[in-house]
Amino acid sequence: MKFEDYYGTLGVARDASAEDIRKAYQRLARKYHPDVSKDAGGEEKFKRVSEAYKTLKDPDKRAAYDQLGAQAPGQDFRPPPGWEGQFGDGEVAFDDVDFADLFARSGAGAGRQGTDRPLRGPDYEAEARITLEQAFAGTVVEIHLAAPEFDRSGRLSRVERTIRASIPKGVTDGKRLRVPGHGGKGYQGGPDGDLYLDIVLLPHRLFRVDHHDLYIDLPLTPWEAALGAVIEVPTLEGPVELKVPPGIQAGRKLRLANRGLPRPREGAGNLYATVRIVMPAELSERERDLFKSLAAASTFDPRVEFRSEADHESRHR
Amino acid sequence: MNPDIVEAVWVDASVEWPIAVLIETAGLSEAELRELVSLGALVPRDPGASDWVFDGEALIAAQAARRLRDDFSLDVQGVSVALALLERIRGLEAELRRLRAQGVDLHR
Repeated sequence: MKFEDYYGTLGVARDASAEDIRKAYQRLARKYHPDVSKDAGGEEKFKRVSEAYKTLKDPDKRAAYDQLGAQAPGQDFRPPPGWEGQFGDGEVAFDDVDFADLFARSGAGAGRQGTDRPLRGPDYEAEARITLEQAFAGTVVEIHLAAPEFDRSGRLSRVERTIRASIPKGVTDGKRLRVPGHGGKGYQGGPDGDLYLDIVLLPHRLFRVDHHDLYIDLPLTPWEAALGAVIEVPTLEGPVELKVPPGIQAGRKLRLANRGLPRPREGAGNLYATVRIVMPAELSERERDLFKSLAAASTFDPRVEFRSEADHESRHR
Repeated sequence: MNPDIVEAVWVDASVEWPIAVLIETAGLSEAELRELVSLGALVPRDPGASDWVFDGEALIAAQAARRLRDDFSLDVQGVSVALALLERIRGLEAELRRLRAQGVDLHR
């Protein structure tokens, strides 16, 4: 196991006062706490900060840590002989076991080992990153957890667990799901905790998502917009034909009812296609001639409002 | 070996947590829970009922309350203010997401 420099994690000196340690923790918690932070790696950073604080705020645990902490950060750490009796016969995998867990266990009467009362296991939380297609159809996600667990003889180790969880169709970004009984093991016969899955919807190449509604840009040529057209539009269930009425304006939203994400129990959101009118980047000679003829023939004035505004102003000047 | 597939279930308005279950699951005391309700931070299905029942949204709020209490040493009053602000941020983020989805250019 690597030595974790708790003082470095909190950014305080090794002889920092309890008050300095508390202040450093509060400052970093405010910065990285997943409930208040937008920092992408905030959750991981907060876990380390919180682990460091759990040990350093307790004078006994801090003293025990200081005794071990003569080594340089990152160096391989060999537990002192006295620890082996507590944690097993030396064959236990020590990798990745939080120091805080060890100190919690070794501290006299401290932590959950000090009680014989049944305690509910801790809840775990994991992100489930899924595609829009998976949200649409439902999917199975594989979650990997490294959970600290006590075995039957009371030894602590970090156990790799893989959980395959089925995600019902119709989840949306930010939705939280519960996998009952798949959190941490209960203590002294207490119930196991739950696993919570936070759904993160990966961005889609074509569709933008608002809850159960989907939005797609519908690029039209000027003549399609003028004359109307039947356009093939992609949906999550495959392409459908959309009838665009003649004379449609840019920015108009055409609704394809129930083509969005399914709702949890019944119904579905809508798919909205937003009209964009797109010019060819380059005109052929023939196209240019046709546009010139159109320009000469048309009396259409899209800027009537400009003119009446100008007239209005000149009258009052 | 493939582990068995377990079912992830909804935590939303459709599920019901009696107060005793919410206390255990969220890790709050009954007194804290009752104070959060009286401050309007948590809302039971039927506030007039003798045995309160909460939905999934309340569970998520109660769990956030416990984290805020433990990690920032907040009292119940502080927790309820933080929850109210988080709720406002979530609302604003949802509005932003809606505008972005509709293609409103937010960078002008």
